[in-house]
Amino acid sequence: MSEPILELRGINKSFGPVHVLHDIDFEVHPGQVTALVGDNGAGKSTLVKCIAGIHPTDSGQVLFDGQEVHIHGPRDAAHLGIEVVYQDLALCDNLDIVQNMFLGRERGKFGMLDEADMEQAARKTLTSLSVRTVKSVRTQVASLSGGQRQTVAIAKAVLWNSKVVLLDEPTAALGVAQTRQVLDLVRRLAEQGLGVVLISHNMNDVFEVADRIACLYLGRMAAEVNTKDVTHGQVVELITAGRSGDLGIARPETATI
Amino acid sequence: MTNTTSETSPKDSPQGAISDFGIDTTSQSTGEAVRDYVARLRGGELGSLPALLGVVVLLIVFSSLADTFLTLGNIANLLAQGASVVIIAMGLVFVLLLGEIDLSAGTASGVTASVMALHLINGGNLLGGMGDTVFYLFCALLALAAVLAALMRIWAGTALSAVALVISLIGVPANPWVEMLLAVCVGTAIGCITGYLVARVGIPSFVVTLALFLAWGGVILQFIGEGGTLGLRDDVIFNVANGNLNTAGSWALFVVAAGGYAAVVLGRHFSRLRRGLVASPTPIVLVKVGVVLVLSAVATYALTLNRSKSDLVVITGVPFVVPIVLVLLVIGTFVLERTSYGRHVYAVGGNKEAARRAGINVAQIRMSVFVIASSLAAVGAIVYSSKVGSVDPNAGGGNTLLMAVGAAVIGGTSLFGGKGKLRDAVIGGAVLAIIQNGMGLLDQPAAVVFIVTGLVLLLAASVDALSRRRAASAAR
Repeated sequence: MSEPILELRGINKSFGPVHVLHDIDFEVHPGQVTALVGDNGAGKSTLVKCIAGIHPTDSGQVLFDGQEVHIHGPRDAAHLGIEVVYQDLALCDNLDIVQNMFLGRERGKFGMLDEADMEQAARKTLTSLSVRTVKSVRTQVASLSGGQRQTVAIAKAVLWNSKVVLLDEPTAALGVAQTRQVLDLVRRLAEQGLGVVLISHNMNDVFEVADRIACLYLGRMAAEVNTKDVTHGQVVELITAGRSGDLGIARPETATI
Repeated sequence: MTNTTSETSPKDSPQGAISDFGIDTTSQSTGEAVRDYVARLRGGELGSLPALLGVVVLLIVFSSLADTFLTLGNIANLLAQGASVVIIAMGLVFVLLLGEIDLSAGTASGVTASVMALHLINGGNLLGGMGDTVFYLFCALLALAAVLAALMRIWAGTALSAVALVISLIGVPANPWVEMLLAVCVGTAIGCITGYLVARVGIPSFVVTLALFLAWGGVILQFIGEGGTLGLRDDVIFNVANGNLNTAGSWALFVVAAGGYAAVVLGRHFSRLRRGLVASPTPIVLVKVGVVLVLSAVATYALTLNRSKSDLVVITGVPFVVPIVLVLLVIGTFVLERTSYGRHVYAVGGNKEAARRAGINVAQIRMSVFVIASSLAAVGAIVYSSKVGSVDPNAGGGNTLLMAVGAAVIGGTSLFGGKGKLRDAVIGGAVLAIIQNGMGLLDQPAAVVFIVTGLVLLLAASVDALSRRRAASAAR
């Protein structure tokens, strides 16, 4: 197996008295889709936000490309090539697609915008992802459908020659056809050699696109397995009970909360 | 858009994908563009169209009711009357774009006007004009503003506050240009304080600026003294709102402004076409440029005719306020549309959380818009003080601020943030100025003028709210 592009070792995170993440070890490999599953409140979104630099971690190591790194903010993460597509999209409705894709990292000299350059780059990225449902790259995001918004959010993440893309429930609010589009897009990202992390509640989605499945249970990493080694039922058991046969946390009694 | 594009298999060549975009984005026929525009209007994106229609309707109504309305003298007068509200409104557009409000812009402008007048009257000796305690407090506040701006790394705010401090402390002799610079710098300092309280301390802008609205009103009273009036006897300051360019200057302004506009718009349009980017159809661009060129040529010609009512004096030329407003409009529009700062202002106004996650310093942006608003309010103060020729304790009080907010909103700036342009302030300000001027010519009592102005503002706000509702229902 290839070297992990992103590796977490012993990550701990508390919000006040609530210990959300316990000694999390987690690996992301390039060219693979790693699904991050777990019940509500298992800590999936918190883990993603720790990687993205939105929440500082309390302890633990983050290795990127084998080097230890310290991520203090979204800019640090972006600088390394880690991009996050959030559950609530984080797009500005009043801006158009190009403006959203380059938000915070506009191209141009002396604070002036190079619209032409940005527009061409945005179109190239959308084309490389075979996105065709968008009428014009100058369409305002407010007038896009849920699936199109998700597509824009993902394309925004890919635009930066990023190496790791974290997707937080990208299909949660989408219809059947739109989910299809987004899952195809997720697969295409991995084929382009990116390390993709997909957070999802939907087992069908997970089994369809993921190469590996990492299961969080009450803030602990219950298991990291290859998709082909497990069944649907085993993963559901891992999510709900934290263990399934030999897999998972050895004795549930020891799992203090 | 056809549905088939969304269902084509992902195995298509990338070439196909490019042409998918190519068809829809870059080359749009005139007919399509017009239909697109109508569709957007029906979808609730009205922009400044209602206000423009309002200007046309009001012009027709008043010119048919009052014979004197469409005379050259009145038009020039109208421009000077409306300019200060327009300038303050332009500053407020920045604040409104974030969904914030600056209620103190009016009285803050009054403070800058009174400082300007004090400096002029006392020959640069602010210490003598204000008295010891007040002067040192004033300097301390300027220093505080500079420090606060530095803390937020808004260097322009620091620099201008420091300039104000230096001018005050050194006692630079009275000079109209120094006075105007001082007014603007004091405005910047005021904005730094307001902005810091909103953006860093985290008090809602409504409360901060309501408190400061009262406080600055008191400061003006302190500076001027109860019942006093500070006269501005200086030709340069008098000419800001009352002077005119000479005929050659007027045409030079036309060439620079209209010619520059045409050059920029056409240059951009053809370079976009050449590079295969999204562009409006050429005929529409040409019509737009043509209309602007013709209208501004007619206006320039009309304003270079003699508009004096008596035979003894000759009054010709474009009033100075026109280039002042134009310059501010061009710079401000450039900042909002063509710089990353402007883009960030829109982003923070549209979705603060998204902006934060994109790595934008939201607090800095929020503070900076108050700095801009107060600085422009100071420019507005210079214009209205010049128009009146003096500064009294009511300067910037009363409904100055509300008129400015009204102008921005009537022009199409949304109070909910994220939507609006600088030109909205100009168009909305024109609506208000025409109403006030026209009603005055019709000899209507103040009561009627206020009621009509209020109803127009209400109408504009309803149009905004209704169009938002349509936009929301059309989006999903």
